[in-house]
Amino acid sequence: MLDLQGYGPSIIDGARLTISVALISLLIAMALGLITALAKLSGRRPAIIAATVYTTIIRGVPDLVLMLLIFFGGQVLVNDLATMVGYEDYIDINPFIAGSVTIGFIFGAYMGETFRGAILAVPVGLLEAGAAYGMTRRQVLLRILIPQMMRHALPGFGNNWLVLMKTTALVSVIGLEDMVRKAGLAAGATREPFPFYFTVALIFLALTTLSILALRWAEKHYSAGVRQA
Amino acid sequence: MDFSIIVESLPEYLDGAWLTVQLVSFSLFIGLLLAVPFAIMRSSNKLFVSGPVWLFTYCFRGTPLLVQMFLFYYGLGQLELVKELSETWKFLHNAYWYALLAFTLNTAAYTTEIIRGSIVATPFGEIEAARACGMSRSLVLQRVVLPSAFRRALPAYSNEVIFMLHGSTVASLITLVDITGAARVINSRFYSPYEAFLTAAAFYMALTFLIVWGFKQLEKRWHAHLKPRETN
Repeated sequence: MLDLQGYGPSIIDGARLTISVALISLLIAMALGLITALAKLSGRRPAIIAATVYTTIIRGVPDLVLMLLIFFGGQVLVNDLATMVGYEDYIDINPFIAGSVTIGFIFGAYMGETFRGAILAVPVGLLEAGAAYGMTRRQVLLRILIPQMMRHALPGFGNNWLVLMKTTALVSVIGLEDMVRKAGLAAGATREPFPFYFTVALIFLALTTLSILALRWAEKHYSAGVRQA
Repeated sequence: MDFSIIVESLPEYLDGAWLTVQLVSFSLFIGLLLAVPFAIMRSSNKLFVSGPVWLFTYCFRGTPLLVQMFLFYYGLGQLELVKELSETWKFLHNAYWYALLAFTLNTAAYTTEIIRGSIVATPFGEIEAARACGMSRSLVLQRVVLPSAFRRALPAYSNEVIFMLHGSTVASLITLVDITGAARVINSRFYSPYEAFLTAAAFYMALTFLIVWGFKQLEKRWHAHLKPRETN
């Protein structure tokens, strides 16, 4: 259906990669976000300081700079470490891993703030009730806190996801063959950049639209127990 | 860390910082000028007034800034009209204007939605009271709706300014030498990623904190009525 002088399939391949980078970074971001939120609410000073430093740095430094720093800097660091332990060959950092980890690392900070707000919105009585039934801290976390906070976290989570998806366009800079880079290659070969970048923009728009619909459904699902006017 | 590299290339970073500040402030200024009428149109009840603005914000908020900028910079150059125009106006060859165009439209879209949100949140009683006093539509907008909407939009707008600063880094991908561009040049010259990118990160952090501080001052003034009451 999408031909584009024969470059259509290659852009579809790129779109697949974009989606997998986005999903993997989302998983990393959610894990980091949960840890950050719990650290900020833990009441232990070192944990609070570490989490605050993390979120402050991430919110102060642009994603592209962080990505270049982690990709190029990580390359040097890994090779220095490898030489130290006596490994001679040159190690190439996989741009897929570098890209996903960087985006996950960045959005972990934003997710942390979202989750923190959502956790605070869960009534303490629910957690106390869990403890009163003899659940361990872990059980209270998994059975009560996380399911209950989902409803409050969803709007912020949705926004973060939409921004995250658009941020994945930056991975083309570190050489990952996502759809922006595929479009760039096709544009260079045909000398007709407009249709390729326009297609990429449309695909992003479609992904955004799909996500908005899915999020709307999820918000309804998790608010099932709430009476609405 | 080799600090001599940083010291030696400081002038390049400062030039880059000047370009970053220029791009971000110009695009924010023009974007805000566009966003105010757009937001008023967007909050209209008439579909043929609000619809086109909705489409504009939907497209610009639903696609990455990077793709928008590439579309303008590489894509527009392909059009015959632009080719002819750039024969007469040489400045159209400069990537600067394409970055500025993309940034301006992007921030205009986000700012439109921010201002619309705060226009819609105006308590109906205020508008009713203004009408009861005999104010015309435009007078209500000018004296009642917009002043309070701007106040309410301030916290969200400060986030947008920071996002624009961070988003402006993509300008370095179309040959412009902003802070990130300087860092890329220096990284490839010395092969020293830490020095190059950490310095850039420090510059951006300083600018971010400056923006946060500036908006705090503005909020002190504009949100003076929301300050907690002082006891005795």
